[in-house]
Order: sequence, then C-alpha cells, then structure tokens
Amino acid sequence: MKIIRYDQLQEQLFYERLNNGLDVYILPKKEFNKTYATFTTKYGSVDNYFTPYGKTSMKKVPDGIAHFLEHKLFEKEDGDVFQIFSKQGASANAFTSFTRTAYLFSSTTNVEKNLETLLDFVQEPYFTEQTVEKEKGIIAQEIRMYDDNPDWRLYFGTIESMYHNHPVKIDIAGTVESISHITKDLLYECYATFYHPSNMLLFVTGPVDPLTILEQIRTNQAKKTFRSPTDIERFHHEEPSHVAREKHVIEMNVQTSKCLVGIKAKNVYTKGKEKLKHECAMGLLLDHLFGKSSSHYERLYQQGLIDETFMVDYTEESDFGFGLIGGDTLYPDQLAEEIQRILLQFDDIDDEQVERLKRKKIGTFLRSLNSLEYIANQFTRYAFDHVSLFDVVATLQSLTSNDLKVVARECFVQEQFTVCQVVPKKVK
Amino acid sequence: MFREEVKTIGGLRLHVIPTKKYKTNTLVLKMKAPLCERDVTMQALIPYVLQNATERHPSMKALRTYLDELYGATLQVDLAKKGENHIITIRMDVANEKFLGTTSPLLREALTLFSDILFRPLTEQGGFSVAIVEQEKRALKQKIQSLFDDKMRYAQHRLIEEMYKGSPYALDVHGKLSDIDTIDAKRLYKHYEHMLKHDEIDLYIVGDVALTDVEHDVVERFPLEARSLRSTETTTITKRTSVQEVIEKQHVKQGKLHLGYRTNTTYNDADYDALQVWNGIFGGFAHSKLFMNVREKASLAYYAASRIESHQGMMMVMAGIEPSNYERALEIIHAQAEAMRNGQFSDEEIIQTKAVIRNQLLETVDTARGMIEISYHNVIATRQRPLDEWLEAIEKVTYEDIVRIGEKIELDTIYFLTEKEGEKK
Repeated sequence: MKIIRYDQLQEQLFYERLNNGLDVYILPKKEFNKTYATFTTKYGSVDNYFTPYGKTSMKKVPDGIAHFLEHKLFEKEDGDVFQIFSKQGASANAFTSFTRTAYLFSSTTNVEKNLETLLDFVQEPYFTEQTVEKEKGIIAQEIRMYDDNPDWRLYFGTIESMYHNHPVKIDIAGTVESISHITKDLLYECYATFYHPSNMLLFVTGPVDPLTILEQIRTNQAKKTFRSPTDIERFHHEEPSHVAREKHVIEMNVQTSKCLVGIKAKNVYTKGKEKLKHECAMGLLLDHLFGKSSSHYERLYQQGLIDETFMVDYTEESDFGFGLIGGDTLYPDQLAEEIQRILLQFDDIDDEQVERLKRKKIGTFLRSLNSLEYIANQFTRYAFDHVSLFDVVATLQSLTSNDLKVVARECFVQEQFTVCQVVPKKVK
Repeated sequence: MFREEVKTIGGLRLHVIPTKKYKTNTLVLKMKAPLCERDVTMQALIPYVLQNATERHPSMKALRTYLDELYGATLQVDLAKKGENHIITIRMDVANEKFLGTTSPLLREALTLFSDILFRPLTEQGGFSVAIVEQEKRALKQKIQSLFDDKMRYAQHRLIEEMYKGSPYALDVHGKLSDIDTIDAKRLYKHYEHMLKHDEIDLYIVGDVALTDVEHDVVERFPLEARSLRSTETTTITKRTSVQEVIEKQHVKQGKLHLGYRTNTTYNDADYDALQVWNGIFGGFAHSKLFMNVREKASLAYYAASRIESHQGMMMVMAGIEPSNYERALEIIHAQAEAMRNGQFSDEEIIQTKAVIRNQLLETVDTARGMIEISYHNVIATRQRPLDEWLEAIEKVTYEDIVRIGEKIELDTIYFLTEKEGEKK
C-alpha cells in the first residue's frame, strides 16, 4: 500500500494494486456523512471494434452495447440489485461514457455491506435471452427521450460532424435498430474482454478507515478466481485532422434556435503529463476568449447573440479531443460566424492575462473538490489516461503564454471547425 | 447532522453553518416575496439585472473580472416557487484562502461585493441602468420561450398550469412573456426598493467560519431595516368533481405522461413524514412500485417516478412512454396507487424506504446547497424542525400512518404530451 500526500490541499490518498491487477484508491473524507464508491471499467462506447477475449481476430459489435451491458448487470437471477442497495440504505447508479462504464453507490450507513454488494454484482454477470429482450423496450424509451432533447441532439450532431471514422461520433446508447442485434452471448463476450480486474479501478471516498476498507477489498477479491490478465487489442481508427462535415442543421419542434461551434483537436496526446498540460492549456485559452469576463462575451451578450445558456467546454480523453462553444441564440448563423472569427483572429495573450486565468482556474478546481462525486469520477477518468487529478494545480501553475499560443496554432484552424444548429421546424 | 447559528440583524436573518467539509465558502441570499401575477415578472427580472453591474464594477466585464481575481469566485442567481412564495436566490462561492497559500481575506471581499450587488447596483436617474434592463428583458423572453423546448420541464409546467388554473401557483417562476415589454428601468428599481423594505431576507454563510467571525462584517455591509413579516396566504381551491384529462399534441417522439395529485398535506403538517414514506414506497426511488412495475416488469418506460412538492400539497407522477402505450401505462400507475390505498405494501418496503429517505437527507447535508435548502424549509413553513427531529419522525411512521395518509391523496389532473397522429418516426 502506498500513501500519497497532498499538503496544500490537505488530502491523503491510499493506493494499492491488488494481485489480480485491480487498482484501488481510497481518499478519506472524515467530515462527510456519506461514502461514495465507484467501480469503473475502461470500456465505453468507443470500444466497438476489438479482439474478444480468447479470439484471434478483431470483431465489430453493435452500437450501444457497452451501455446495454451496464443496464443488464443490475439484474440477477433472484431480482434487481437496486432492491439490495436500498435495503442497505444506499442509493446506487451507473453511467456509460465514451471511454468508461462506472458502477457506483453512495450511503451513510452499511458502507462495508454496500461495498461488498458493489464488487459482487459487477463481478457476477447474469444475462439471459429473456432479460436481454425485456431491456430493449426500456432502452428504446431512453433513446426516444434523447431524440426529443434539443441540447443532446445539438451536442451529438456537433461531434458526429467532426469525425470521419472515430467511434466517438456514435451515440452512447446506440439506436433502436442497433440495440435490436444485441444478444446474451455478445454481452458475455464483451464482459469477458473488458471486465477483468486489471482493466478496472475502484475508488472509495468518505468517512472511512482506509486500512479496514482496503483489507475488506483484498479479502473479497481473494475469494474469487480470475484468469490471468491479457492486453486488450482495440482497433485504432485513422482519423484525419479536418472535420467530416462543415455544417449541419437539425430541424426540431423548438421555439429558440441553438448553435454550437465544434473545434477538433489535432495532436492529442494519448496519456501522461503532456496530455494534462494540453487539456489545461486549451481550457484556459477558451476561457480567455469566451469566459464571462472576456470582452467577446460581453459584446455578444449585449448584441443579443447569446444568453445565459452560452457555454464553452473542452473534452480530451483517450485519443480524441474537442472543444464546444455556443448555446441558445436568435441568430444561429451570425453567432457561428462570430465564434469562428474570434478563434481565427486570436494572435496574442500576455503573461499577466495568463496569470489571472490560472488564478481563476485554481479556485474553480478547489471548488470542484467539494464534491465526492467529482473527485471519484474525474480521478478515474484521468487515471485511465495515466494522469493524476491532483496534478492539476501544479500543471496549471507551470503553463506559460507560449503554451497557450502553441495550442491555438494547432487547433484554431478553419478546416478543424464545424457548425451545428438546431432550428425550429418550418410549418407546412 | 449540522449546526446552524442564527441571528437577526435588523431586517436580515443571518444563518452561519460552520463546517470543515469544503475548500470554499458559500454565501447564499434568499428573498421571499408573494407569488402574484402583478409582480412575478418584475421579480424574475431583478436578480438578473443585479448580477450585471454595480457602482464600483459598472459593467459585466468589470464585475466578472473582479470575480476572477477573487480566485474564480462564482456568482449565480435563480428563481423558485415554494408554495405561493416566489424565492429569489443569489449565490456566491469563494475559495478558502487557507488552501491557496495567500493571505487575502477572500470571504470578506466576497461579502463586500455581495453588499455592492444588493445595495449599490448600477443606477441612473432614479432607476436601474436602462441598457442593462433592456438587455435582460430580451434574455428573459428567451428564457421563458425555451421552456417549450425542454419537453420534460414543459410537461411538468403544463400539468401545474392546468391543475392550478387561476391560482398563483400556476405562474411560471420566470413570469409572463406578455408583461415584459411593460417594464421600465425606473418602475423596476422602485419595486426592488419595495422588496428590500418588505421581503423576508435570509443570508446563509456555509464554510469554515463561525458567527462571531463574520457577524461584524455582515452588520456593516447589510443595512436592512427591521420589518413585520407577512404571512403567506394560500389560495383555497374548490375540489374537482371528476379527474381532469388534458391531451396536447406536438411533434414529439416520446409521450410525456404527468399526473397531478392533491396530497392535502404540506411540510407544516404532522403527517408530512408519513406522506414522504408513502411517496417513497409508491414512486420516489428505484425500488419503488412505479419503477418496478412500469419500467422493470412492463418495459414501458426508462423513467417512471413520483415526487412531492413539500409546500404546495401536491404530488406528481411522471413517465416517458411510447405514445401508443398511454392507456396501458395509466392502468399500471392507477393500479399502484390503488395498491397503496388498499395498504398493499410490506413491512420490508417500509423499512427499505425509510432507510433510503434517511440516507437521502443525510447526503443532502453533505453539500452546502443541501444544508441551506433543509434549513430554508423552516423559513417557508411555520414550524421549526431541525434535521435530527425530522429523521426521528421518519423512523416513527407506522403502517397505519401510511394507510391513513393514502386516504387524503386524490388524483386531480392527467396531462399527456403526445405525438401528432399519422407521423412517422
């Protein structure tokens, strides 16, 4: 076991890699009532083309299967895992992202029991043809819900336009059609490939005694047998740096238009310190240009091109990265032009401005550490890319105006921009 | 649990909640005004105007730049209704300097800014800045219109509108679109002055501080005259003779089914705890009857849940379903409500639900926002009840209490937002 201290943040992180390859992290937070635990596999919607465990050739699986598997793990021969958690006073949930599937609970009592339940239900799959068929109706309604949600359509429309080949462009839940091809055998195959402990991470945070918890986890894992770990072979999709589609307009039953400009990042580092640095630099740069204290924000707001919903976001995971800028607007074309012009005209930033941006970002980072959910989820996301969440402050402090300019030169290029709009359906 | 120190300073009630959980300090001001058609739109506009600029920071850019300098302090406003009260909330959150290696007194600087926002907004000729008011009027229009685009929120709003037609609770917290153009900067400022004199105002400070640390700073910066507090009137509504059914058709792929029930019970009532347990067994959680029967057994929905409006005496059920499954979904929901009324729930369901409610309340107070919401229930209601008493009361709820509360719950309105017929998917 290793203890990592972060003096400035007044935190201590306990870490151990178990014999079966599972990474376990425990962050004690004694002032809190609740304990929050996540058990995450490095397996998400982008992993749709890979060599299944025990096979020799690559295989393409139906879109939405990682998310489908997440739903089905909750059902067991003797009923629903939600029932067990709630008897133990816990609230349980799960989510699937582009690169991860996480199972989690939070509870203020029975932490040991709940942790046992979490580990056991994720490690004991039970899929039948009948329960798989039943789930299709439920997930179809989840997909329909998103179909009617203009913000989701806008978000995915933008990502879809950016990529030619990369599976990040595929909706996490798949489509009603694609999930119809999912069978129990396919689920077992994905499970066998991606749910080995060596591809997973357990994070526990709350008012816990780290040594007791760690011992409990060791004992739980020692009772089970696992095959020896193997490397997972995932298909690498060649992706050009220019976007697949420059503009995409979606007509929907809405009253207010929406517009997003997407920026496709070039030279994404797949792991380590360089990756964190790249992500932080891009974050600062976009905040400089479009944050609420920027002159561009003030002008666009005064001109009535944007409102409160205006957002700026940068995502960088695995081998993809993209920025998103936009929101509700009465003038979607004008806003798209303005945003792209601002990006292309950027040429300089001085160190004093960078210092102010860093100061803001460090305060924002501290605020995010108020949330146990944020800590567990973000720590896991970074860890899968060989980065530590707690290195964010040091990385921010190391950034210079030159780092920001390099990122701008790489990313603020017309052929890497895409525009997506949701507009009111024309009345026939 | 949490400890709260309360002190009345003129017209301000200051609540300090000392805790070492967080790396930031949170400041939240709540103004409670009556929810009424005449004032709702002005009240919706005011916080958005206030967060734009102050005398000292006379533009959005200046104000926001100052917040950045305070290590990215945040400033947000929002609106809510609790029963027939219109609640304006202004929040600031600022890093605790002890994690930053700086000696700047960030909390005090944030309090000064907060005071500037409230008492020294940017004004001209006896009114708010005309340019800011016009800009925020435009933004408010967009906000009201955007409700239509979020179908789940829209359906919820429409249910309430139909169920409480003609009473203040039917109003949108953002006001009325048709009233926006009648508002000018002077009249708005006058109304704001009226609110500062008459509304019930609570300031919460949550963080690693004690009342004695901040009391003096607050006294200096928040000069509010003492006031007599208005009691909230509640519109009495005549009972409907039969359930009202409203069906609305739009270009949607999923039908949104929302049911409104009168619980005839609010946070003020002694049997409110039994209502909470009733709702928990019925539809509040992933182990509840609605989730198990509408989703898990019948595969009709991704979400199927119920929730109560603590201060309004209302419960709503919501489910997203295939438009053609309307009758089937309704039948299953009615059957669950009927089972509840007939007392068809086990001791196990009661124990499980109590455990989850207890957990939920304890988790709520792990966030600054949650602690404030729990404490603020006692401002809205007339009864004072700390969290430990609330938790105890939940434990004491019996099977009979739950059956009895079921007798008070009446279905009032069924609202269904569904597809236009003959449309292909």
